[in-house]
Amino acid sequence: MMKWLSPRSALGIALITVALVALPFVAAMGGQAWVRILNFAILYAFLALGLNIVVGLAGLLDLGYIAFYAVGAYTWALLASPHFGLHWPIWAILPFGAALACIAGVVLGSPTLKLRGDYLAIVTLGFGEIVRIFMNNLNAPVNITNGAQGITLIDPVKFGDFSFSGTSQILGISLSGPQKYYYLLVALAILVIIVNERLQNSRIGRAWQAIREDEIAAKAIGINTRNLKLLAFAMGASFGGIAGGIFSAMQGFVSPESFSLIESIMILAMVVLGGMGHIPGVILGAVLLTVLPEVLRYAVGPVQTAIFGKVLVDPESLRMLIFGLALVLVMRFKPAGLWPSPERKRDLTVKPQEVAP
Amino acid sequence: MDIFLQQIINGLVQGSIYALVALGYTMVYGIMGLINFAHGEVVMIGTLVTITVAGTLIKAGMPVALAALAGLTVSVLSCMALGWSLERIAYRPLRNAPRLTPLITAIGMSIVLQNLAMIVWGRNYMTFPPLLPKINFEFAGAHFTLIQVIIVLISGATMAGLLFLIYRTKLGMAMRATSQNPAVASLMGVNINRVIAAAFVIGSALGAVAGVMVGTYYEIAHYQMGFMLGLKAFTAAVLGGIGNLAGAMLGGVLLGIIEALGAGYIGDLTGGFLGSHYQDIFAFIVLIVVLMFKPSGLFGEKTGDRA
Repeated sequence: MMKWLSPRSALGIALITVALVALPFVAAMGGQAWVRILNFAILYAFLALGLNIVVGLAGLLDLGYIAFYAVGAYTWALLASPHFGLHWPIWAILPFGAALACIAGVVLGSPTLKLRGDYLAIVTLGFGEIVRIFMNNLNAPVNITNGAQGITLIDPVKFGDFSFSGTSQILGISLSGPQKYYYLLVALAILVIIVNERLQNSRIGRAWQAIREDEIAAKAIGINTRNLKLLAFAMGASFGGIAGGIFSAMQGFVSPESFSLIESIMILAMVVLGGMGHIPGVILGAVLLTVLPEVLRYAVGPVQTAIFGKVLVDPESLRMLIFGLALVLVMRFKPAGLWPSPERKRDLTVKPQEVAP
Repeated sequence: MDIFLQQIINGLVQGSIYALVALGYTMVYGIMGLINFAHGEVVMIGTLVTITVAGTLIKAGMPVALAALAGLTVSVLSCMALGWSLERIAYRPLRNAPRLTPLITAIGMSIVLQNLAMIVWGRNYMTFPPLLPKINFEFAGAHFTLIQVIIVLISGATMAGLLFLIYRTKLGMAMRATSQNPAVASLMGVNINRVIAAAFVIGSALGAVAGVMVGTYYEIAHYQMGFMLGLKAFTAAVLGGIGNLAGAMLGGVLLGIIEALGAGYIGDLTGGFLGSHYQDIFAFIVLIVVLMFKPSGLFGEKTGDRA
């Protein structure tokens, strides 16, 4: 149960709070682009924590997670843009998007209950592709998603008259649009962290972990594996839906391109690279994998000029090349992730008795 | 009816390409229980290497047949080397790591190979040199070309060769033993490392052959072509029951035919509501339906694995 905070952890929390509050102002010194990158890092952390429920806790390998994000994003885009002339308020759309994503999660989950491991992976992957293909093509004969062009002019997040786009003055401090979104995203991220943390140590969370370790044994001790697996899919999907809605509002634009398989894979990579099933690790993974490509984007060109006197290799492909190599190297030297949970680390240091059959 | 036959032929050709690529996935999976996500990129490299080698030789005035043979040989050899190094760099060090770790290194290698190809060959579509003469045949109202016939024949021959290797040679026996139980196989004197490396090398060679066929068939190649091809082939492998050689072959052919028929008939079936750009979803819908009823694929054996 919750204990009262010791002075040390209280100090730690205070420092983290100050850092979180100050961060967007520090990032803004490098330009608003960096605030946006920061926002994406938090959004991806949110997504990765949602996926962590499915993959990390329940052990269900989901390669189509981006589909739920897409459902949330398109729900927002269709219900709050000139495309259908609808402008629903946030308290209607966000829960609605989450509910739709949740239903999508159950729809995906129910036929796949019997599947194990890699079979599940390919089915979820296929599901993600199906969703993307539909979004790409549902512009004829009835124009629903506007096809590959996507939907533009999506409403920003608004609470009453307070809009999150554009600069506004709060208590004499001028806040830009991305900076306001930053605080919204941090609040949402804290929410998902709390949910993850509480789930992990709950009856449900322990049941998930039992399923993850050995499904047959879990069934034998009376865990309702069917309902719990569906619950894991539904919860993960709902978080994906919420993140999608915010993404849509923040960008003001969605198109099927943002929801390709590589995105699902990147989110999975964040979870695994950071340390599966360990909340701080997952956050670290998400932040690193979002920020690293951006840092490389700014660094690769100038570094080449400095060394060779000119740009030899296309910076865009070189940056992804380095990114891929970094993925391989991190996993090579830290197989359990950069910041694994203590139990997982212990499992790995005890030598396995035989090669997995 | 002639559309039906036509689509069956097209599907058979596409399907035999899928089958060759699927074999690469299934061999590695059968032995190591690992999805080699970078396999599609190996196929892509195989195609692009052929373009460079055969294209240059043809320009230098070599007879087309000889250039095609040289291109194929170089492509197969370089893909074998690539498959071997993939295993050494990305998979061997992680053999006892958590199950998802090699998946991430595989994805990392896939990103590396794709971008490497983009740096070497550029981001534009490349035309594949015409390695085979264009001869058309007609049979019962359906048209097909010499290229299509040769693709089906070569993949058939390659698969027969593979089956011979797996079921009639000592290496094949070692591979089957390893896939059943690596620990016991190694006690029986099987060199596990060699067997795993062999699976990667053979799978990559098949991938290279498939890559050359894709190039000849579509006459176009691109650094991103490996991704979707790999995805479909992997779907085919799972459809047939991953880890099962015959399953991968049949799964590939079946997937090709289903896709072709789906693309041909979807407009009629839905009254024009869905068009042929929904072709790609057929593969996945069929996969999901099959796995609902046969959770380990059409020919996969029931295993009590703890995934």
